[in-house]
Amino acid sequence: MPIPHIDFRANTQRVSPHLIAATQKSTRTALAKRAQAIEIVGEDQWQALRQAGHDIKLHALTHLDEYLPMVEARVTQAGGVVHWARDDVEARRIVLEIAAQHRVKRIVKSKSMATEEIELNRALQDAGIAVFETDLGEYIVQLAGQRPSHPTAPALHLTKEDIAALFRAKLGVDAPPDPQTLCEIARGKLREEFLSADMGISGGNFLIAETGTLVIVTNEGNGRMCTALPPVHVAIVGIEKVIPDWEGLAVMLKLLARSGTGQKITAYTNLITPGGEEGPREFHLVLLDNGRSRMLQDEIARETLACIRCGACANICPVYNHVGGFAYGAIFLGPIGAIVAPQLLGVKVAGDLPFASSLCGACGDVCPVKIPIPNILLHLRHRVVEGDQFASATVSPILGVGARVGTTALGTPWLYRLGARMMRLFQASFRRGDWLPTLPPPLDRWTMARPFPAFRSDFRAWWRRR
Amino acid sequence: MQAQLFLTCLGENFFSPALKDMVEVLERLGVQCAMPEGQTCCGQPFYNSGFQSQTRGLARQWLKAFGATDGYIVAPSGSCVDFVRHRYVELFPAGTREHALAQATAARTCEFSQFLVNVLQVTDVGASFPRKVTYHASCHGLRGLGLRDEPKRLLRAVKGLELIPLSSEETCCGFGGIFSMVYPEVSRAMMEDKVNTIQASGAEVVVVGEPGCLMNIAGGLQKINSPVKAMHLAEILASRA
Ligand code: SF4
Repeated sequence: MPIPHIDFRANTQRVSPHLIAATQKSTRTALAKRAQAIEIVGEDQWQALRQAGHDIKLHALTHLDEYLPMVEARVTQAGGVVHWARDDVEARRIVLEIAAQHRVKRIVKSKSMATEEIELNRALQDAGIAVFETDLGEYIVQLAGQRPSHPTAPALHLTKEDIAALFRAKLGVDAPPDPQTLCEIARGKLREEFLSADMGISGGNFLIAETGTLVIVTNEGNGRMCTALPPVHVAIVGIEKVIPDWEGLAVMLKLLARSGTGQKITAYTNLITPGGEEGPREFHLVLLDNGRSRMLQDEIARETLACIRCGACANICPVYNHVGGFAYGAIFLGPIGAIVAPQLLGVKVAGDLPFASSLCGACGDVCPVKIPIPNILLHLRHRVVEGDQFASATVSPILGVGARVGTTALGTPWLYRLGARMMRLFQASFRRGDWLPTLPPPLDRWTMARPFPAFRSDFRAWWRRR
Repeated sequence: MQAQLFLTCLGENFFSPALKDMVEVLERLGVQCAMPEGQTCCGQPFYNSGFQSQTRGLARQWLKAFGATDGYIVAPSGSCVDFVRHRYVELFPAGTREHALAQATAARTCEFSQFLVNVLQVTDVGASFPRKVTYHASCHGLRGLGLRDEPKRLLRAVKGLELIPLSSEETCCGFGGIFSMVYPEVSRAMMEDKVNTIQASGAEVVVVGEPGCLMNIAGGLQKINSPVKAMHLAEILASRA
């Protein structure tokens, strides 16, 4: 289904203060824990790790032609089945076919962005299959019929009271607003699903090329349950998740846990190589492209694909912290969402998002794999406004004419000075002391929040008089 | 030592007192100031709005004004210096004359406080300002130029000045150039947070070294008739008892 244009401003005007408070509380905690974890590592060592993580991912991304066939060979050798999905349609079809072969009725899923990206749940449900998200946050969000509001903490926007009410309404149980009890209720329900499911679906955090190993990290153990209990396991993994070797994995795991939650290591790190002693009878790996190879052609923006989904950029982003996850209009949230969405969904749909940043740069500094997010935001703003070799501009050409007039006037010294003089005349009727409290559109977008300072361009006159 | 004054368009049009104070401080330290007449706007607002090819004209004009001058180019803004230093070279293809000029000129462009502390190696500029002062770290200077300690070292050396830490000192004030116009509600929320932490700090003055942020923060304080005053770093350093 084509996604309509994401109107970021309208979305931000609908945000509830409740959501903002919950978001800020949780991001603050995550960042504090992150800071502690990094202090233990030491700043220099941390910077060295970041650089190593960046280099590993960039090397892999620019050598996918080498590593992806390696993954395919190793997984096949070990008895797994590898599928290549060019886009979401193909990916859904592959999963539906596997499900049909095994007459699957119930599926348990561990948290996966790739499956959300291809809207897999809806396709499965349309085929009459019951799908259960098993990450606690995802489970809650699924029950509520909502979307995740944070990359790693999907239900961050809901309080324990909200969740208790939701459990009472949807599960018909007596649920007090107590995290421990709520957790136990969900655990009980999920345990039944794990045991009765006939297929498990997961994403993947990393794919290790040298052994064809799928790596899934979780803090709840649900990933292990999903991939080990049901007889069939299907993993849907973006092609950008591949890394060359286990040495690299050690670096990535250190970065991911510390960046996301401040842990030294996530509670469960599942290393799945098909044909192992435990695990499902059948293992399928769906390698998903869905626009990624197109993204890779863009030398500036392709670093986007290095993302390990730690959520730190969202945690630190002052914009995200004031709008929450839903304002981004799709599953791609925060600074990383603002650069992924325009590339995956196109600038027609997500052209607002690269502008949803004050370019403060905090995201780039915090990113464990050193993705230059601010640079990519600028690169995509350019795509939206002037167009580039990957997409044509989507803003009105009138803006371009306006910019041409603006750059010409500002770039011509006498026009620039004339402009300043005219502004001084223009401001006379608005001026109250040193300030212009209200101004006509579009400048009222500034004065709705604070007055504009009065023009005082007398420096050159002063300079000449001296 | 010679310094070419890079006024910046926001500085020139809204903060001429700060510019005059910058000149005063530089001259007090024996720097000879010059002011290239042909300078206008460095082009950052257009670049950040996405009009990156159109920015080239402004960059050319800026290079025309500053390219043939000597000595350091000093600006009361970290953001404009960050832009000139890091983006100009990207605007012109490597190997061209303009690229080489951009590179050479960018290399001698310097933010005011970094010029004082790192080039002139001065922290005590002989100022006196007996007030409680707090400092907001502007994003582009901070993350683009590594501008973290210099302003505070200068402030600590001011006679009578009490420097009070600001919580979330390094959090964006919500200005963001075009951002404040495209998403005014979000910009406002960020600005209000900043203003609240400034008020809560107990300072009488908040120092900002960046015209854009100064517009935003000073405006926000004015809006609620706050007793706290926002000032440019140069204004404090020019103060004498
Ligand atoms: S872009 Fe970087 S900080 Fe943001 S989620 Fe991805 S890895 Fe984490």
